[in-house]
Order: sequence, then structure tokens, then C-alpha cells
Amino acid sequence: MALRHKDLLGLADLSPEEIEHILEQAEAMREVLEREIKKVPALRGRVVVNLFYEPSTRTRFSFELAAKYLSAETVSVAAATASVVKGEGLLDTARTVEALGADVVVLRHPSAGAAAFLARHVKAAVINAGDGMHEHPTQALLDLFTVKRHKGRIKGLTVTIVGDILHSRVARSNIWGFSKLGARVRVCGPATLIPPGLEELGVEVYYQLEEALEGADVVYVLRLQRERFSEQTFLPGPEEYARLYGLNRERLRLAQPDALVMHPGPMNRGLEIAAEVAELDRAVIEEQVTNGVAVRMACLYLLMRRGEA
Amino acid sequence: MPGKGGWQVVILRDKAQILDAEGMRRTLTRMAHEILERNKGVENLALVGIRRRGVPLAKRLAALIRDIEGQAVPVGALDITLYRDDLTQLSYQPIVYRTEIDFPVTGKRIVLVDDVLYTGRTVRAALDALMDLGRPNVIQLAVLIDRGHRELPIRADYVGKNVPTSRKEEVAVMVKEIDGEDKVVIRERED
Repeated sequence: MALRHKDLLGLADLSPEEIEHILEQAEAMREVLEREIKKVPALRGRVVVNLFYEPSTRTRFSFELAAKYLSAETVSVAAATASVVKGEGLLDTARTVEALGADVVVLRHPSAGAAAFLARHVKAAVINAGDGMHEHPTQALLDLFTVKRHKGRIKGLTVTIVGDILHSRVARSNIWGFSKLGARVRVCGPATLIPPGLEELGVEVYYQLEEALEGADVVYVLRLQRERFSEQTFLPGPEEYARLYGLNRERLRLAQPDALVMHPGPMNRGLEIAAEVAELDRAVIEEQVTNGVAVRMACLYLLMRRGEA
Repeated sequence: MPGKGGWQVVILRDKAQILDAEGMRRTLTRMAHEILERNKGVENLALVGIRRRGVPLAKRLAALIRDIEGQAVPVGALDITLYRDDLTQLSYQPIVYRTEIDFPVTGKRIVLVDDVLYTGRTVRAALDALMDLGRPNVIQLAVLIDRGHRELPIRADYVGKNVPTSRKEEVAVMVKEIDGEDKVVIRERED
């Protein structure tokens, strides 16, 4: 089994076998993270460029650490959003990056499709670290990895994703990932935040959180962007959102007794998730962060090795 | 000859059998005795097999040592894929397996176990990998077959069998845990 793609753009493009392969390799990388010396020479002399057109401390650190633990050289470029709304700006930057000898470009960009665009124009492997409202594949991979470590499988599980499904690339990638590996996926949120036509992807749509939680094995709470409240059309106000869609202890009782609680972070405690729920043993939110490094190591390794025929 | 997608297809045929199951058992028994003799018992001793076929061999040596000495020694599995420097010459995407060493290596007398010793590059990678896990007191090397052609200054402390080979040949160690049978054969590339 090997990755057949030059780039990692989204989980929509990957076969279940490729996803499983990345998860298996992440298991070996996780072992490296548990060592006292968390560094292996696998990608010595290779160059990873983190190109971030949107601020994202977590994802950037995670990719940077992943590259460093594999002994690759890393450069991080934080580009100002305003100067790069056009594709041409991105392409110019990318060409420069390639001329400097990058083997992998990790791209975070506010426009959907930016990573695919870049991938078509550079020889380096491109990893999508979040493109607009489209996909965030490494986040979904680390979520799958975390669930698999706890439950031993993905197939047959019921996964409930709660929150702003409409604007969430994390939700979109997770829907692809969990469905491809055989889980039953439910989404739940206010009707204004559920995109139409989701059922066609085989997803069950709920508007009542209580119903969506019934018997769930995994409860995935999305971060609610506070600016959605000012955009009057989406939500009435934070209090009402918390009252209807906030995950609290009573609601969680409707899920399986051992249901995992997950969140991509950073959390708005008291809004989408109650502080006491976030502190439960089965809330694996911090572990998701650690697993994120392992999964990104696996992705970097597999993509860089792919080109070596 | 060039194959599909530019891959090199190599046809190998069995040329000679070097060890059968019984021969392998006797060889490993002798090696277990040698390990005990050189280390004066099992104190601080641990065996680490190099994935994949070094691992079942290390486990068998450990079982033999326990039978002889009446004391168990810890056994670990080392994956060296992330330490290899020859990956650019491989035509496939290597699979990384987990390293499983659940004892501290610092202060231990480690016997590194592999099936075949050839260029020495695998052993060098294994030494790097082991050093990253801690600081062993001593590292020794045990191999079932030494086929020569070293490219690095490395030699084994315990050798099951020395088998002079040509570079056109390949030594295949088969173990029942992975391959369903125990034997060692020399295969030759067909031109």
C-alpha cells in the first residue's frame, strides 16, 4: 500500500485504504513521540515550507514540530491575507518557495481550492492545512487516529458532529473520513448552519441536539466563531446557542456511557462546550493535539518518500 | 529487465539450501550458549530484534536462554526504517513499523539480533536508533547468516553461519512466524 497522490488536498480524494495506511504509519510516529529523544533522521536535508495566509498557531506549530522531529528543515512564512486574495499572488510566492528548494509546501489559505491550485503549479508536494470552507484533511486524520486508538475501530461507530457545519472545513473533512471508514455520521446544528444537500453524502441531519446524541460513540463539538453572532442571519445570540446546542453533562448522558468527547480547539468554554465536560477523562481534546503531530509526521514522510522511485 | 512503470523485475531461483529447520534450531542453540558465555549469565542482558525477521529470531534466542539459564531476558523489537540512509535507492514506499522496546536500554547489555548481515548499513541504522532510546553499556551483534560484502566497519559478535556469496545472489532467511517455515536458502538472480 502506498499513497498514490503527489499531494494531500482533502479526504474526498483518498481511498479508504490510503486513509488506513496513513493511520498505521501515524501509529509508528506516535511511538517516536513517546521517546525521550523525539527525533529521527528520516527526512534529513529535506525542506518543508509552512505557508500560512491565515493565522493558526496550533496547526502551524504542529506541522513545524512534525517536520523537526523527522529532521527536516522548516521555514514558516506568515503572509498577510490582504496581499494574496488573487491566485497570482499565491502562485508567485509558491514559485519562489520552490526555487528555494522546498520539498513540501504546507498551505493554509482562506480560499477554498487554494491548495489544489498550488499543487497544479509546483513540483513540491502540497499539504492542505485548511482551505477556506473546503477541507482540513490532517485535522480529520488526527481525529480518526484518536478515535481508532480509543475504540480500536471506526467501522460501525456512530459519530455526532455538532455546531457550525456550514462554515467548517473540519466538519467536511471529518464527514468524508468517518464515512469512508464505515462510521455512521450525524450532524447537528441550527438550520442556518447546516448546508443543504448533506444527506446526499450519506449523513444524517439533526436539528435537535438531544436526538443527535442518542447512542453516539463519538461527540465532536465544533468551535463556534463568535463573528457568526454579528452576522445576524446565522444566529440569535450566544446564550441561546449555548442553551440549545452547548454540550453539557446532562446532554452527554444521552450518548454511550463511554462516548468520546472531541473538539478541534481552541474551545469556547461555556458556549459550545461546558467547562466540566471538557475536563472529563473521556474528553480527548489534548490528546488530539499530540496525535496531530504524529499524523502530520506520517503525512510528511509518506508524501516525501512517494517521489523517490 | 525493465518492468511495468519502470520497476525493475528481478527473477530469483533457489540455488542451494543452507539450513533446514533442525539446522536452524541447533545453530540458534549454539548462539544462545555463546551469548551466555560471553556475558557471564543474564544479568542486565536484553535482546533487541531488528524488524522484521530479527524479531522472531531474538524471541527464540531469549526462549533458549531461559531454558538454559532458567531466567527470562527482556526482548524488544526495533524498526529502523526512519533511520535508513539508502531510501533513495528503493523503488517502493517503505512501511514504518512500531519500535517496541518496553524496558530502559540505559545501562543494559544489548544483543542486537538480525537475520542476515550484508553491507552493514542496517546495523549502523540500528545502532543510531538504539542510541536515541538511551545509553546501553554494551551493544553486541548476533546474526544468523553473515554473507560478507561489508561497506562499513561492522562485524558480528555471534554468527550462526558464514556464507560467502556473490552480489548476484540473495540470502533468504525464512521463519515460521512470518513465512510459515524455517529454512535458509541462497537464491540467484536470473540474467
